[in-house]
Amino acid sequence: MYQLAVSRMREFYREPEAVFWVFGFPIVLAFALGLAFRNTGPGKLQVGVAGGPGDSALAATLDSSPRLIATVLDTATARLRLRTGRIALLVIPGDPVVYRYDSTRTESGLARLQVDDVLQRSRGRKDLVTVHDDRAVAPGSRYIDFLIPGLLGMNLLGSGIWGVGFSVVQARQRKLLKRYMATPMRRSHYLLSFILSRLVFLIVEVIALVGFGWLLFGVAVRGSFATLAGITIVGSFSFAGLGLLVASRAKTIEGVSGLMNLVMLPMWILSGTFFSYSRFPDAMIPFVKALPLTALNDALRAVMIDGAALATLGTPLAVVVAWGAVSFVIALKIFRWR
Amino acid sequence: MKRFGDVVAVAGLDLTVSAGECFGLLGPNGAGKTTTIEILEGLTPPDSGDVEILGMRWQDGAPGRALRERLGIQLQETQLADKLTVSEVLGLFRSFYRQSHTVEEVLALVELEEKRKARVVTLSGGQKQRLAVACALVSKPELLFLDEPTTGLDPQSRRQLWEIIRRFRADGGTVLLTTHYMEEAERLCDRVAIMDHGKIIAQGTPKELIASLGADHVVDFALTEGRIAKDLVEILRQMGGVSAVRTGPDGVSLTVVELHRALPALLALLKERGVELSLLTTHHASLDDVFVALTGRQLRDT
Repeated sequence: MYQLAVSRMREFYREPEAVFWVFGFPIVLAFALGLAFRNTGPGKLQVGVAGGPGDSALAATLDSSPRLIATVLDTATARLRLRTGRIALLVIPGDPVVYRYDSTRTESGLARLQVDDVLQRSRGRKDLVTVHDDRAVAPGSRYIDFLIPGLLGMNLLGSGIWGVGFSVVQARQRKLLKRYMATPMRRSHYLLSFILSRLVFLIVEVIALVGFGWLLFGVAVRGSFATLAGITIVGSFSFAGLGLLVASRAKTIEGVSGLMNLVMLPMWILSGTFFSYSRFPDAMIPFVKALPLTALNDALRAVMIDGAALATLGTPLAVVVAWGAVSFVIALKIFRWR
Repeated sequence: MKRFGDVVAVAGLDLTVSAGECFGLLGPNGAGKTTTIEILEGLTPPDSGDVEILGMRWQDGAPGRALRERLGIQLQETQLADKLTVSEVLGLFRSFYRQSHTVEEVLALVELEEKRKARVVTLSGGQKQRLAVACALVSKPELLFLDEPTTGLDPQSRRQLWEIIRRFRADGGTVLLTTHYMEEAERLCDRVAIMDHGKIIAQGTPKELIASLGADHVVDFALTEGRIAKDLVEILRQMGGVSAVRTGPDGVSLTVVELHRALPALLALLKERGVELSLLTTHHASLDDVFVALTGRQLRDT
């Protein structure tokens, strides 16, 4: 079994493309998304002032606020920019002053509050309560902090299913499985060797991604590394079991690719990798939570962001283990050995 | 007996292979050789019938694995992992057995020592085949199964494999091989069984089978005018020393006992009839001729 696992690893690291897709790709993805959603403090809001009496004075007043950029626009341009979202709000001077904006856009709502605040103060409104802004940009609440655990979960899913699925089906297609059957090798050893070799890759994957997040974006692991290691091992075993199940019958690479996408695509979307699954309708949440990737992502985030202890993660880990164990047993039963 | 859907691949056959012998299953593609050997190897369960190997029957679990310890198997279409080196592949197969040759020993057996660090993907067809046989030999088997070990190989690689098989036998090993090269069977096998359409149509030593033709030479000829006249065929049949006449699209084939008498007589007859030869060859009767005599078909074009 040790020899089988070593052979699996050799076959893998001698395939440069596979190495990139497993280790390189998630890091590139994390880098790109981390850059795109980096926190630059509250951004400035673009607002327009419609041409008319007193327009430039009004624009100057608004522009003096550190949160606003105001421009005087003629009616046609203003309408176009408002429609395309280039400005968040259009101020039409007069009595009363008219705010024209799309109330379903978050940005426009913010602009409405900001513009009104600046305008009222400039006309002499006095604040009744002294307030002080305490801006929280601490690591842990940023998008990248949310993203890294999700990518880790997605990576474990992908490498488990791809890594196991493709090599099983390839061995079957090349009649190598049949050749192994002609030796005294134990069938369970063959299947377990995949799980064992996954364990070694897992260490590299986790260190690469977590290390990358920490070095470049300061994504810390709040919980203990031992807990994180435990969760990733459980997750990796579970997905290797799922991979075996996906590959248990397929005879061609094309066939198994379709099955893999069928398994993975819904989870990528539903399981809160890139955005929180709480955005889905309430009726869907129990179903989404029953997915193994959701459970794993939840557990990973709990450890990395909230610093949760292993003992508090019983439910999500039980979901992950159950998926893995059930898949492995079914895979063993229905596996096509020739 | 084995069916695949409506197709009966092996229709029932009886054969016994004794320890220390090299037994050949011969036949054209689709004759059921591979199905037969895989039933014997315990890889394909038969629909009915009995298999006994080294005094044991195929069972799941530990008894089956114990039997596998004593066998060496090379399958027809296995492609080993491309990215592994020769010695890594052998090391892997070696790890499946309780007792086995070392990697170096088995490399020496198949003369692949200088390729030990080469990846499988870089090997030639003959080298890959020797590696496949090495994987079968690594377990120090008592019984070696080879399924078309030399199909598609060049003559030199084929002779190298024959040499490996001879050495294995010299150490007391038993071999069961399939082939569609009659020449290979004649050279390697103590006994052969000729298969066609899932049945054994002849069985014996190569010498016995050839002797069953009742003649030891075959004369093939063709005429410039194409098909031979029917009365001429009748005359040939009556000719001294000729034991059989077969006509085919490519010409006529005579099985003769005494070539030195039959050949001049044939030439004289053709000259008398005023027909010209476009081809004339003679060869010692072989298993190919046995197959043709039994089925009326050439082995290679079926």
